[in-house]
Amino acid sequence: MKLIRGAPNHEVLDLNYPLVAETLVRFIREELNGRGYEEAVVAVSGGVDSAVTLALAARALGPDKVHALSLPHRDSSPESRSHAELVAARFGVELETVDITPMVEGYAEQTPGITPRRKGNVMARARMIVTFDKSEQYHALPLGTGNKTERLFGYFTWHADDSPPVNPLGDLYKTQVWGLAEHLGVPDEIVHKAPTADLEPGQTDEADLGVRYRRADVILEHYLKGYPDEYIVALGYTPAEVATVKRRVNRTHYKRHLPAVALLSSTAINEFYLRPLDFRTEDG
Amino acid sequence: MVRHAILQLKPAKGQIGRNLEHLEAALAKLATEEVDVAVAPEAYPTGYFLQGGVRELALEAAELEDRLSAWHAAHYQKPLDLIVGFYERDGGDYYNTAAYLELGGRGLLHRHRKIFLPTYGVFDEERFLNRGHELKTFTTRFGRAAMLICEDFWHTVTASIAALQGAEIIYVPSASPARGFAGTRPANVERWETLARTVSGEHGLYVALASLVGSEAGKMMSGGSLLAGPEGEVIAHAPPFAEAVLLADVDLERIPPVRYDNPLLADLKAGLPLIFPELRKIVEEL
Repeated sequence: MKLIRGAPNHEVLDLNYPLVAETLVRFIREELNGRGYEEAVVAVSGGVDSAVTLALAARALGPDKVHALSLPHRDSSPESRSHAELVAARFGVELETVDITPMVEGYAEQTPGITPRRKGNVMARARMIVTFDKSEQYHALPLGTGNKTERLFGYFTWHADDSPPVNPLGDLYKTQVWGLAEHLGVPDEIVHKAPTADLEPGQTDEADLGVRYRRADVILEHYLKGYPDEYIVALGYTPAEVATVKRRVNRTHYKRHLPAVALLSSTAINEFYLRPLDFRTEDG
Repeated sequence: MVRHAILQLKPAKGQIGRNLEHLEAALAKLATEEVDVAVAPEAYPTGYFLQGGVRELALEAAELEDRLSAWHAAHYQKPLDLIVGFYERDGGDYYNTAAYLELGGRGLLHRHRKIFLPTYGVFDEERFLNRGHELKTFTTRFGRAAMLICEDFWHTVTASIAALQGAEIIYVPSASPARGFAGTRPANVERWETLARTVSGEHGLYVALASLVGSEAGKMMSGGSLLAGPEGEVIAHAPPFAEAVLLADVDLERIPPVRYDNPLLADLKAGLPLIFPELRKIVEEL
């Protein structure tokens, strides 16, 4: 008698990447058009997230409607710069370079004792300033590049990486961004290198976070869906990994919200007065 | 034959006049097709996600009827039946409503106020809307019909009630944000098709689903509108996400022979008295 085994019955992170790509392309086009934009600005770091965002933007709008920005600091890794060039060339987008060293060092010179971490945050915020100014210059909307894993971990500079108004990757775990990158033809050396914020010499995401992305993402997916710790540990994850993931999520909820406002009335914005961000009236 | 046009349209948030013009333009393109019945999605005149903005953008049923009747009178010689979902204001109450308008005829023939208001996850309807309390079939120029809105249809018991009340076609305006991207189509689109085929096949009736499209601040309304026939077959199916118009004929004459061969609805009627006490017990214990 033939033995037929059932299909695996568990949470899966793997997606139909052609369908995801097609959906995100439409998302970019519709969100920009709805706001009166036809062009986008993407800050390209040389990493996989901004490479995927650039690829999607080029598909959605056409490469000539996308402004790729390389925003190096003198301490940035040369590899980041060369990978940014590689990505822009792969997707046919012209790459504009703005050296943020004078902006960052102009402040740093006035700030004795600035630590590498603080300077890294200044770099991220300098990049945000340039990105938004280029948005105004080109009448092109900035696209965010943050993925779901780093958003959940709060692993980004607040009011910098998270500030663009439209973000196609924000509901994709890092593992899924890698899958999408392969589908979109992001060069292998970018997909397979160790992810880094490149804000401090020798920095890598996974060393900073204390957990591997591919493991963290499975833990996150189960944690967000309400599975208990014991269930996740039974899947082959250590209690320490689970604890690290949960701690990072729960220490950073504020980074995923607008500031706390003292509520004094029954018309407090986003508490009582609730409107979706695309809300309009005919006279508005 | 009753010619149906299912309008899978993308509204601009809050732009009621513009959106109704867009719907009218879509119908104008079908001028030579002799459409009898057109079906538009849930919350079409405003877009779906409004939160507290429902209070600013809800329409009285008469306002919607007057506007569409005036347009119809200017462009049509014959009647046109139009089903459209909209946020309805009735005094101080607000509903997620579907109107059946016999334009050029009896006007507002029936309205269904959504009973099952999803208030979980991405949905927050019951915070801003009242529930409807009635599920009734009604008689159109063509036959017996019912309307169910979105989650109303995800509880198959509602379609069973409509079928038992004699519905030959169920119109389902919906708005469904795409989610679940592991398969060939978004998981909710698959679910809709499964539901429509299950319901139409079980009861031997037609299901016309009109589903909204467009990105509402990142929530990608999925579309996947369809017409399912009395043997559970898909007669026409729109792709996800893109605007589309489905044009298909509904042949109500097919229903008696299909039900004769597969008398599940008759069996349900016969068996209902046997299971009803259990159902009543469940309701009484709530």
